Amino acid sequence: MRVNFTVNGRPQEADDVWEGESLLYVLRERLGLPGSKNACEQGECGSCTVRLDGVPVCSCLVAAGQVEGREVVTVEGLADFAKQRSCGTGACGTAEGQDSQTGEGTGSSPRAALSPIQQAFIDAGAVQCGFCTPGLLVAADEMLERNPNPSDADIREALSGNLCRCTGYEKIMDAVRLAAARQGEAV
Amino acid sequence: MDFLRPASWEEALAAKAEHPTAVPIAGGTDVMVEINFDHRRPEYLLDLNRIGDLYEWEVGEESVRLGASVPYTQIMENLRAELPGLALASHTVASPQIRNRGGVGGNLGTASPAGDAHPALLAAGAEVEVESVRGSRRIPIDEFYTGVKRNALAPDELIRAVHIDKADGPQQFSKVGTRNAMVIAVCAFGLALHPGTRTVRTGIGSAAPTPVRAKAAEEFLNAALEEGGFWDNGEIITPSVAKQFADLCSAACNPIDDVRGTASYRRHAVGIMARRTLTWTWESYRGTAAHTEGVA
Repeated sequence: MRVNFTVNGRPQEADDVWEGESLLYVLRERLGLPGSKNACEQGECGSCTVRLDGVPVCSCLVAAGQVEGREVVTVEGLADFAKQRSCGTGACGTAEGQDSQTGEGTGSSPRAALSPIQQAFIDAGAVQCGFCTPGLLVAADEMLERNPNPSDADIREALSGNLCRCTGYEKIMDAVRLAAARQGEAV
Repeated sequence: MDFLRPASWEEALAAKAEHPTAVPIAGGTDVMVEINFDHRRPEYLLDLNRIGDLYEWEVGEESVRLGASVPYTQIMENLRAELPGLALASHTVASPQIRNRGGVGGNLGTASPAGDAHPALLAAGAEVEVESVRGSRRIPIDEFYTGVKRNALAPDELIRAVHIDKADGPQQFSKVGTRNAMVIAVCAFGLALHPGTRTVRTGIGSAAPTPVRAKAAEEFLNAALEEGGFWDNGEIITPSVAKQFADLCSAACNPIDDVRGTASYRRHAVGIMARRTLTWTWESYRGTAAHTEGVA
């Protein structure tokens, strides 16, 4: 079957999709967006977390056919997504998204290079093997959007569906605290 | 495999009538796991995501009509006052990502004894609204679970909503697992005080082939509370009464040994949870009663 939906602001069409296929498989294998990671395939690990109509979900548990006509944001689109959010409505960010389907930034691209949460993960040393990082970024970014001043308990709860097998949780906590603090300063 | 995408409830019923083997998929948190692991290859998937009605709830005089697909996140955030037991249970479901997708309709459809919503539904009192092209009916929650992962649905029926009695007293939910998130219950317990009818209702999860009520325990406690005038005098429940209640709740279990725990551990833990939830709810009832109408 064919599935039409929006990914990171651009309309996408996936063809020859098997009816039992997951959104995760479509993103990785058909649309060339391997940022969302495939690990447990049962919703336990959160490494495939994406936003579906704004809501964080495990893309491995969404049937491809269920996203018809809907909007998905993956880690590849997180920088632009965060930029548009901080710019408000249409104030900036008019011409992004034309160059690279993968969203890997190029030097000359008008795309935002990294979102604040991505930068905070780097600055806090919250990335070890990196496999859980995309899911954590999407989940943490959504929490900071809802809750700009999270307590440690809020952060732990928001990230409770994301496993890090390097067990680097303390640095991840540091990174989210850092992103929250920077967000507060910017306002 | 065929992917059916009804745009309305009527279309969904027609599709289910035409293809009774079609597997409904809403949040996908059970169905997709089975497909991803090749445990199931349904001939038809029946997607319910496009039916907006299933994502709505209405708060009525006596009960809440909860659409089958209302995600647990919404229940936690919006129905804590009306459905405190279910809201507590919803908060223990898996993770934020799963709570954003999964709902009570899926829990009922799967009918796993470990489903987190079941003890709360049994304790509060609920009816499941199911429908087919032949018509609509309401199945009392006590008659809904018929076996391990089996329920009272006919092959052409779909779950539309759950009608849950609004709380008329304190409710609690307790669950045993190895951590707070992403835990399938080793066992779980729900308890609701119903001061209006002077009754207590219970629900036990993961400790029998189906979710069950501890009816003998309820009857014992109802009689003991009545006899001791507890509903009126608001006194602390006698420890011997609480213990007997807990023992009867343990006895209502019919658990198995499995990777998550042994049968004897489950029986023990259910007794502990029964005593604790009774204490918590009763303390809350005493506090409220003292504030609102004074204690005789």
